[in-house]
Amino acid sequence: MKLLTSPAPHIRTADSTADVMLDVLIALSPAVAAATYFFGLQAFILSIAGMISAELIEFFIMRVLRKDKNFVPNGSAAVTGLLLALNVSVATPWWVLLIGVLFAIAIVKHAFGGLGQNIFNPALAARIFLLVSFPTAMTTWYPPIGKFFGTYADIQTTATPLAVLKLEGFNSAMQKFTYTDLLFGNIGGCIGETSALLLIIGFLYLVLRGRIKIVIPATYLGTVFAISSIMYLVNPEKFGTPLFHLLAGGMMLGALFMATDMVTSPMTLKGQAIFGVGCGLITMLIRYFGGYPEGVSLSILLMNAFVPIIDRYTQPKIFGRRKS
Amino acid sequence: MKLFLILLSAMLVNNYVFVRFLGICPFLGVSKKTSTAIGMGLAVIFVLVMSSAISWGLDKILIAFGLEFLRTIVFILVIATFVQFVEAFLKKNNPNLYEALGIYLPLITTNCIILGVAIVNSLSRYTLFEAIFNALGAGLGFTLALIIFAGIREKLELYDVPKPFQNLPISMITASILSLAFMGFQGMIK
Repeated sequence: MKLLTSPAPHIRTADSTADVMLDVLIALSPAVAAATYFFGLQAFILSIAGMISAELIEFFIMRVLRKDKNFVPNGSAAVTGLLLALNVSVATPWWVLLIGVLFAIAIVKHAFGGLGQNIFNPALAARIFLLVSFPTAMTTWYPPIGKFFGTYADIQTTATPLAVLKLEGFNSAMQKFTYTDLLFGNIGGCIGETSALLLIIGFLYLVLRGRIKIVIPATYLGTVFAISSIMYLVNPEKFGTPLFHLLAGGMMLGALFMATDMVTSPMTLKGQAIFGVGCGLITMLIRYFGGYPEGVSLSILLMNAFVPIIDRYTQPKIFGRRKS
Repeated sequence: MKLFLILLSAMLVNNYVFVRFLGICPFLGVSKKTSTAIGMGLAVIFVLVMSSAISWGLDKILIAFGLEFLRTIVFILVIATFVQFVEAFLKKNNPNLYEALGIYLPLITTNCIILGVAIVNSLSRYTLFEAIFNALGAGLGFTLALIIFAGIREKLELYDVPKPFQNLPISMITASILSLAFMGFQGMIK
């Protein structure tokens, strides 16, 4: 018999992992649609390739390496694969994505024990892994051309809004991008991160379905808003506006879909609040002072590491016992 | 302000474990439980701060006499003295922690972070206060690394880690992913 450990209270539900994962995939589909609209067929192919390769790798690991004859694909690997695909540039070759998916599923997920036992978010860890291993492919950005069959061979590369802010200042960023562009996703960047609006719509779907921890995005985005407001008052030209920081880069994708990963975020509400604030703090620290223009993925990965400690110190009180 | 930046730099940006890869031996050896991790961290902070202060003074004397080649051996002597002091202190006052740390307590002598910090202090020509803050930052960074890692390893004990990856291999993988995460602090302080 295999015993499972989980925090109380225990309520049985008819929902399975596969149901949850299907909902997450549905919630991410607007972002995929936006990616396809702005970056063309290639973005769509990358998204699908990420999902299929992740499921295949997981299937192989479970059935062949871990000899689990009862394993049925549950879609969790597809979510990881899709999130990773949404986190790369459209210029990324398919084999780079494949290496990333392999790292995510085989090392970050299954070496730690598989579903529900990974310490780090597999998609995020794989993204950083790719960023270190293939810096050129991962930081070459193309402008959205809006052509379905467009190729990027003869198109000039562009800078992401955050990179412009870092290198040239806020005025220059505002000349190149408007808030509407940032909201709808008409900017260069990872294929899935550009359209803040569609990510929010997908997130609202998850909230309505009751699938997601709302405390983390709330505290994360709240912290980012608070810090960027203060820094805006200090030096608007250098640090940019709060709205800019909320819409630009991977903020929405990270705060709404990556930080909220059920496995790699704290269990208690208090812990989730600490987690969110920590993510926001480190993100802004990296955006303002770090070597990278964007800090969302690094900050969430760093906070993932703190989750065991956060969980340990935010355990709910046990009532009905004598004080020891 | 400069002191604070040195502290922060040694603690996060150039974290001695995750960025400079020093002190990996006690990092892997004593990180099985959070309580011993904290004890080890405090012991290392104490030895670090005291030995860097003393070796800062000795370094000046060595330079004055043109005896820089003796630096390593003198530093190790100073470090060993403080480690002996900590060991005697813990044996008397906290035998449980003494038992838990076991061989890793005397091995603080060979913890590369401590010699590393003393040498970094000497090479960067830090003043006494800068040297102490560098040592403090390095110690805090080491403790932070140890506590994070102990938390993760305690959780990993409960997990269904595949047999070939159990214990050391998965610890190494965890450490390397943590090292990736610490890259985020890169470039913050020149």
